[in-house]
Amino acid sequence: MINPIDLSVNGVPIAVPAGTMVSTAVALAGVTRFRRSVTGEARAPLCGMGICFECRVSINGREHCRSCQVPCENGMEVAADA
Amino acid sequence: MGKSYDVAIAGGGIVGAACAEECAAAGLSVVVVEPGPVGGGATAAGMGHIVVMDDSPAQIALTNYSRTLWMARAHEFPADVEYVSAGTLWVAADAEEMAEVERKRAVYEAIGVRAEVLGPRELAEAEPNLRPSLAGALRVPDDAVVYPPCAARYMLQRALERGAVVRAGESAAQLSGAGIKLRDGSFVPAGIVVNATGAWAPSLTPGIEVRKRKGHLVITDRYPGFVHHQLVELGYLKSAHSMTADSVAFNVQPRKTGQLLIGSSRQFGAEHGEIDANMLTRMLRRAQEYMPALAALTAIRSWTGFRAATPDKLPLIGPCPQDPRLYLATGHEGLGITTSLATAKLVADQLLHRTPAIPVEPYLPGRKQAEHD
Repeated sequence: MINPIDLSVNGVPIAVPAGTMVSTAVALAGVTRFRRSVTGEARAPLCGMGICFECRVSINGREHCRSCQVPCENGMEVAADA
Repeated sequence: MGKSYDVAIAGGGIVGAACAEECAAAGLSVVVVEPGPVGGGATAAGMGHIVVMDDSPAQIALTNYSRTLWMARAHEFPADVEYVSAGTLWVAADAEEMAEVERKRAVYEAIGVRAEVLGPRELAEAEPNLRPSLAGALRVPDDAVVYPPCAARYMLQRALERGAVVRAGESAAQLSGAGIKLRDGSFVPAGIVVNATGAWAPSLTPGIEVRKRKGHLVITDRYPGFVHHQLVELGYLKSAHSMTADSVAFNVQPRKTGQLLIGSSRQFGAEHGEIDANMLTRMLRRAQEYMPALAALTAIRSWTGFRAATPDKLPLIGPCPQDPRLYLATGHEGLGITTSLATAKLVADQLLHRTPAIPVEPYLPGRKQAEHD
């Protein structure tokens, strides 16, 4: 991998190619439940283009970020509700 | 001509719904005419703050009586009414407002409303997301929060169970003491007619002193634990008092879902419901002055509604002087959710000649009040 980006998903380090979206990194980390609905149901990306809000995760402590809209950055700490 | 009802109510907001429930419970036959969804007007644009307000002796009497009615029913509401006894914090920014906190506490103590003064440190502990160096607050622990549209729907459901009828999707075109004339030309005859159409009441009962006062609300995504009480700046009183200028005030509420409901704005003369970007910005800036961390949260929706404002800031509850069979139940301004239950009691008390729990005179239509500016 040329110029990999190192970040963590739920505390686990992962390296991804530059330009990878956070949603992809979360999926590559093996996480299938990105968040929970109000009633506790599992949620994961649906539209992939920032409309459905299903892929929200916490990024660097900031909650409810749409992971499909945020490119990965070095040192990023991503928390999904896995 | 169709069946005649004892009571025909125009308006299926929380006030109309509460009146329907109370009248049906007293054994009266009731019909409610509502063109839109139940609780879809000002009811859906109210924060659902159940609060004792001390603007005037009559306002204290009405809000305190009504809050007592809410508290007594707290256990019976279904989960979607979201009754939470969150309490209010009246936040004081400086020494002048702390003096107001003390005055307010004495007023509440005199009428048996629990209230305690918090110093700056206690306030910071109670609500860590408020900005540092505020002067303190008055905590009113028995104030509550509800979800108004579901509260209205519940009350109307209770009325239906007791035989009331809802004419949904139909509009009242004309009201008189004899009944409601609908837009389609048909007539719903009744012994008593109640105008509970909020800010739209003057279009059905011309000449009454009710004006639209527009407000904005914003709701955020879910951030459980970010705020614990309904937070209101004491400067809110200045904002609510002003009868002319547009104003905003810091007013943030925790919802049961973990969402935050952010208000408030007040505007006279705005007739259209669209979001006013300038007012919205002012309102959110004000909220951030008190709670800087709000800036990092995600808002998911904003909307507006129209309060029904009267010059003396008291609602109109009771028969019209010119037509004793035509009742008004409107003019509740920003307190319609709180005072809905007491309004329903006072309407039913008057039409059934029962003795009311509080004097009705301050709220009677036709009382002397200064005209709007």
